Amino acid sequence: MRRLILASLAGFALLPLAVSASEFSVVQPGKSSIVFVSKQMGVPSEGRFNKFAAQIAFDPARPELGRAQIDVDLASIDAGSSDANEEVKGKDWFNTREFPAAKFVASSLKSLGGGRYEAAGKMTIKGKTRDVVAPFSARVDGNAVVLDGSIPILRLQYGVGAGAWSDTATVADDVQVRFRLTLSAAPPLKK
Amino acid sequence: MNSSTNMPARYSHVAIALHWLVAVGIFCAIPLGLYMADLKLSPTKLQLYAYHKWLGISILILVVIRTLWRVTHRPPALPASMSVKQQKLAHGIAHGMYLLMFLVPLTGWLMSSAFGKPVVMFGVLPLPDLIGVDEQVGKFFEEAHEVCNYIFCTLISLHILASLKHHFMERDGILARMLPFLEKGKS
Repeated sequence: MRRLILASLAGFALLPLAVSASEFSVVQPGKSSIVFVSKQMGVPSEGRFNKFAAQIAFDPARPELGRAQIDVDLASIDAGSSDANEEVKGKDWFNTREFPAAKFVASSLKSLGGGRYEAAGKMTIKGKTRDVVAPFSARVDGNAVVLDGSIPILRLQYGVGAGAWSDTATVADDVQVRFRLTLSAAPPLKK
Repeated sequence: MNSSTNMPARYSHVAIALHWLVAVGIFCAIPLGLYMADLKLSPTKLQLYAYHKWLGISILILVVIRTLWRVTHRPPALPASMSVKQQKLAHGIAHGMYLLMFLVPLTGWLMSSAFGKPVVMFGVLPLPDLIGVDEQVGKFFEEAHEVCNYIFCTLISLHILASLKHHFMERDGILARMLPFLEKGKS
């Protein structure tokens, strides 16, 4: 009996949330992408990761309740040419044999106002974990929400591009990882 | 065509300077291009590609200036000892070389744009992309860049051989018009 009362109280407490808030958590892979821009001899060069898994729950009205984890399959990289793709999978770069995935886990999400948000969390690449901050925007598109943002990283902090490649005059240390994640609303809990 | 009396005996200092600047640039850019293309990907390869592009665009700028100078300043006439046929051949090769001095850097620039690797002069000044990114188009211009270079090298070889033939066999003083110290050495 007591349990029932508690449950119904909890139900009442959650009711306004369920009405006002809409949580988006189903990632649409075809409308989502992760690209990166690095500078080689001052030339911006774009690449992308074709495979990644994103587990995200985001409500633009209540960002602080959100959560996000993104796992990127590093071997799915397209760095612009076949020899570049082979090179960056190697030991000096990502060493994908030993470290197949990069991971971002958000530890806090907050609103910056005006449709801007910020996710702070931990990035793990090549076995090294660093704190990162990812500013992003969210806009509603039909019954989906589109998150656009970027995570600035310093590749040498993760040992990416070691040996001769550590010369930042040739390949800059700073790399912008840009993401676009299109999320549709979570399916109703009760079917 | 008769050589008129007001025709200069040799090229102007500006024309001579531009000729040799462009020549030195070409003699660096072509071997560099041949060497770097087959290198395994490395920081050195990225650096050499950047230097090659900066050099190529610098040559293109010099060639634009040179062409403007050429059309506004009359060059010395070819010696009357040359037959009409020879003169026509000399002019044909000269025109072909001017054309290739444009085509070689332009096909390189086009190929850079199409491959999505824009030219950023000296790592700081981004040049506009001539065309959009398209790998197939990039491969076409890569091929075109190579073919233009082979034709250009053939014409350069003919140009050098002809100048040596004129200097050492015909001794008509043609080389001295572009190398004034040869003239001074004689007198």
